[in-house]
Amino acid sequence: MTTKNWLWLRDPLVWALAALVWLVFGMAHLKPLFAAAFPALDRPLYEQDTFVALLWSHVEIVAVSSAVAVVVGVAAALFVTRAAGREFRPLVETLVAIGQTVPPVAVLAIAVPLIGFGETPALIALALYGLLPIVRATIVGIESVPEAVREAATGLGLGGWQRLVRAELPLALPVLLAGVRTSVIINIGTATIASTVGARTLGSPIIVGLAGFNTAYVIQGALVVGLLAITVDLLFDRAGRHFDRWRSPR
Amino acid sequence: MAALAIEQGARGFGFVRNRVLCALVVAGVAAALGLAFVTVAPNRLVSGTGITLPGLLVGARALLLLPAAWLMLAVLTPPSRAVHASVTVSGALLLAGLVWLAGDEAAAQSAHLASIARVSLGGGFWVLAVLAWLAAADALQRLGLSPAWRALVHAAALLPLAALLGNGAIDQLSLLKEYANRQDVFNAAALRHGQIVAATLLPALLIGVPLGVAAARSERLARPLFAALNVIQTVPSIALFGLLIAPLAWLGDALPGWGIQGIGLLPAVIALVLYALLPIVHSTASGLRQVPAGAIESATGMGLTAAQRFWNVEVPLALPVLLSGLRVTTVQVIGLAVVAALIGAGGFGALVFQGLASSALDLVLLGVLPVVALAIAADAGLELLGCSLESPGR
Amino acid sequence: MIELQAVGKSFGATLAVDELSLTIERGEFVVLIGASGSGKSTTLKMINRLVEHDRGRILFLGQEIRSFKPEQLRRRMGYAIQSIGLFPHWTVARNVAAVPELLGWSTQRIVARVDELLALLGLEPGAYRQRYPSQLSGGQQQRVGVARALAGDPEVLLMDEPFGALDPITRQTLQQELARIHRASGKTIVMVTHDIDEALRLATRIVLLDHGRIVQAGTPAQLLAEPANAFVSDFVGRSDLGLKLLGLQTVAERVRAGENVAGEPVPQTLSLRDALSQFVVRRVDRLPVVDAHGLPAGVIHFADLLQRAP
Repeated sequence: MTTKNWLWLRDPLVWALAALVWLVFGMAHLKPLFAAAFPALDRPLYEQDTFVALLWSHVEIVAVSSAVAVVVGVAAALFVTRAAGREFRPLVETLVAIGQTVPPVAVLAIAVPLIGFGETPALIALALYGLLPIVRATIVGIESVPEAVREAATGLGLGGWQRLVRAELPLALPVLLAGVRTSVIINIGTATIASTVGARTLGSPIIVGLAGFNTAYVIQGALVVGLLAITVDLLFDRAGRHFDRWRSPR
Repeated sequence: MAALAIEQGARGFGFVRNRVLCALVVAGVAAALGLAFVTVAPNRLVSGTGITLPGLLVGARALLLLPAAWLMLAVLTPPSRAVHASVTVSGALLLAGLVWLAGDEAAAQSAHLASIARVSLGGGFWVLAVLAWLAAADALQRLGLSPAWRALVHAAALLPLAALLGNGAIDQLSLLKEYANRQDVFNAAALRHGQIVAATLLPALLIGVPLGVAAARSERLARPLFAALNVIQTVPSIALFGLLIAPLAWLGDALPGWGIQGIGLLPAVIALVLYALLPIVHSTASGLRQVPAGAIESATGMGLTAAQRFWNVEVPLALPVLLSGLRVTTVQVIGLAVVAALIGAGGFGALVFQGLASSALDLVLLGVLPVVALAIAADAGLELLGCSLESPGR
Repeated sequence: MIELQAVGKSFGATLAVDELSLTIERGEFVVLIGASGSGKSTTLKMINRLVEHDRGRILFLGQEIRSFKPEQLRRRMGYAIQSIGLFPHWTVARNVAAVPELLGWSTQRIVARVDELLALLGLEPGAYRQRYPSQLSGGQQQRVGVARALAGDPEVLLMDEPFGALDPITRQTLQQELARIHRASGKTIVMVTHDIDEALRLATRIVLLDHGRIVQAGTPAQLLAEPANAFVSDFVGRSDLGLKLLGLQTVAERVRAGENVAGEPVPQTLSLRDALSQFVVRRVDRLPVVDAHGLPAGVIHFADLLQRAP
C-alpha cells in the first residue's frame, strides 16, 4: 500500500519534530544567515551554550516538574473524588481556582528570594503551578465516568481499587491527558522565563538578547522553544487519540 | 451507592466533626510554631532573624488567640449553620488580627531601630493568613448561600483589612515602606498594567466575537482557525513577544513617524490580543453551537428574521458561555501582562522582575499582590455579572 | 437459597423497606414488582450489599451476607441493570470476561466461557467478540450485559429493570430469551420490574411490594385469580384480567385429542390468549392443533377457553 507508506510524510508531528531536531543541531550552520539579516550585531549567534544543551536542560526541567505535578495532582484529585475525601473537594477546588489567577511568573518570582537562584526554585514553581490544570482535569474526568459503569462495576464485584484502575481511570484518561497537556505546555512557557532566575533553558538566549538588544538571539531562542512547544503539543494530541480509540472504533 | 459513600465517609476519627477544619487547624498550628511570623533585619541587604507567632503574643495581643481557639473548638463541635457562620466570622477576625499583629509588631520594632531596619512579613504570616481565609471560605461555602451573598460576605471580611491599610496601622512593614518609597513607580505600573489589559481585551472582543460567530456557522472556517489559534496558544508568551520584535522593528523603520517599535507596548498588546483570541473565539463558537436547535426552529417558525433570531434568541442563550470565556481570558491576560515587562511594556511585571534581579522579596510582592488581587477581583466581578444575567427566568 | 428476615431500611427519615420477610428457593424466578418508591430496587440491592440493610437479617446459602466480603458476595451473584453499564473502553469479550478474570480462571476457560455465553444470548461470537459497546444497539448491549452477569457462573442472577430502556419489540425478544435461559439452566433469578406483563410472563413467583411491605406473594395465577386486596387487583389490572389469565396457559392444556377439523393449525404451545385472538380473527369456534413436530394433536374448542383453571 503505497499510500500508507507515505502517510507519515503528511504528518505534522513528523514535520515539527524534524524541524526541531534540524534547527537545534544545525543552528551553527545558520550563523551566516543571521549575520546577513542583522549586520549591525557583532555576535549574531548565541554561543554561550549549544542549543542542544539548552534544549536538553529545558526538557529535563519540564519533565521532572511535570512528573511530580502529575503524581501529586492525580493523587489529590483521586482522594477528593472518593467518598472519604469528598469533604475536601470545595477546599481543593478553591485552592485550584485561586492558584490559576496567580500568573506562573509570580510563583517563580516568589520562589527565588526564598530559595535562591538556579534550577531548584524553577522546579518547585513549575511543579506547584503545573498541579492546577491536572487536579481540575482529573476531577472532571472522574466525574464524567457514567454512573451506570460505576454501578455495574461495583455490582459485578470489583473492589474499590480495581474499579478505579480498570473502569474509572481509563475512562477519565482523555480528560486527564488534556489536563496534563495544558500543564506541560504552560510549564514549557514558564521554564522559558526561568532563565531570569538562573536556570539554563531555551529562554536564556531570549532573555540575554532582550537585555542586550540582540534580536538575533531572541529569534533563535524563540524559534526553538516555539517548535518544542508545538512538537510536544502534537505528541500529546497523538497520544490522546491513541487512548481514545474505543470511542469511535473502526 | 449513596449509602456506601456515607458509610465510607463516616470512618476516621470519631470525635473530629469537621475534617477540613481539622486539617487547616493542624497546619496552622504547625506554621505558627515552625515558621517565622515576621523577620527583623537591620537593613535591606542582610536577611533578618525570624520571630515565631508564640513569641509575639504578649499582653493584650493574646486576644488574638480567641478566634483561633474558637476555630479549634469548632473542629469538635457538631456542624450546624450557626457553627459555620461563627467559623466564618472567626476566620475573618483571625485574618484581620494577624495583619494587625504584624503591623503592630513592625511599629514596635521600628520605634527602637534605625529607619533603614526592615520588619518583613514572614512565611508564617502568609501561611496562617491563607489558612484563616480558607477556613472562613470553607465554612461560608457550607452555609450554601447564593453567589451574590457570598461575594458580599467576602467583601465584608476584607473591610477590616482595608481599614488597617487606610489608617496606617501597618505602615511600618517593609512591604508598605517599599510602596511608600516607590509610590510613583507603583502608580505608573498600575496605570500601565490597566492600559495593557484594556488595550488587549477590547480588540480581542472586537475581532474575536465576529470570528467566533463565523466559526460557529462554518465548519470549514472553524478547523483551520482553531488550528492556527491553538498553535499561538502553545508557543510560550515570551517567545511570541520575541518573534514579534524583528517584524515590528522592520515595520517601524519602514513607516517612521508612526511610533512603531519592536519593543514596548505595541508588540505586547499585539501578542496578548493573539493569545486572547483563542478563548474568546472558542467560547463564542461553542456558546452559539450549544443553543438548542429547538429554540432556533421555533423562532424561525414564529416568523423571526435571521437578524431578530440572532439578537433575540441566539445571543442571550450563548451569552453565559461567552462571559465564562471572557472571565478566563481576562484572568489570563492580567497574568500574561506581567511577562510583557520583559520587552519593555511596563506594568506590574517591571516591579516583579526588578525585585527578582535585586533579590528583594518585598518588591516582587509589590508587583505580584496587586496582580493577584486584580485577577481575583476581575474573576469574581465577571462571575457575579454572569449570575445576574442568568437569574431572570432561567 | 436467599432468605430475608424482617429486613428494614431507612434513608434518613424515609422508610424504604419495612419488616420484609421473603424466602427465595433455588431455581425460582422471583419478580419483585411495585410502583416507583415501593422499595423493590432497594430490596434487590440489599441482597448483594449495594445497599446495607438497617434491620433484620439476610442469609445467602444459610450464611449472613455480612459475613462475606462484599466483593466476594457480588462475584457469586450476577448483576444486570437497566442502564446496562458496559465498560465502553473494553471489547465485548473483555466485558463478558470481567468476573471470570476476577475469579482467576485460566485464559482458556475464559475464552470458552465468553463464546458459550455470547452464543447463548444470540450473539455470534466471531462477529461480536471484538466489537466495542459503542458499535452495538441497545438490545445487543443488554444481551452482553446479561452475558456478563452470567459469565462467572453465579448461583443467583439479580436484575434491576434490565429491559426498561429498550423498545417493546426488543424487550419481548429478550424476555423470551431470559425465560429460555432460566428453563435451560435452572438458575435462581431475582428480577425487579414495574411492568406487570413482564412479571406475568417470566415469574414463577411474583412478590408485589407497596411502601416497603409485601402486599402479596404468589404464583402469577394466584395473583390474578386470588388477589389479596383491591390494591393487588388494581395493580394487576382489572379491565383485561381475563385476558391475562388466558395468557398464563397454553393450548396444550385444553386440547381435545383425537378430534379433527379443517383449517390452518395452531401450535400447542400457543397461549390461550393468542388462541382467543385466532378464534376472533377467523370467526370459528374450533381450531386444529399441532404438536412440536407438526403432527396433528387434536382440536381446541372456543368453549374450552371458559373452563376454570385446574
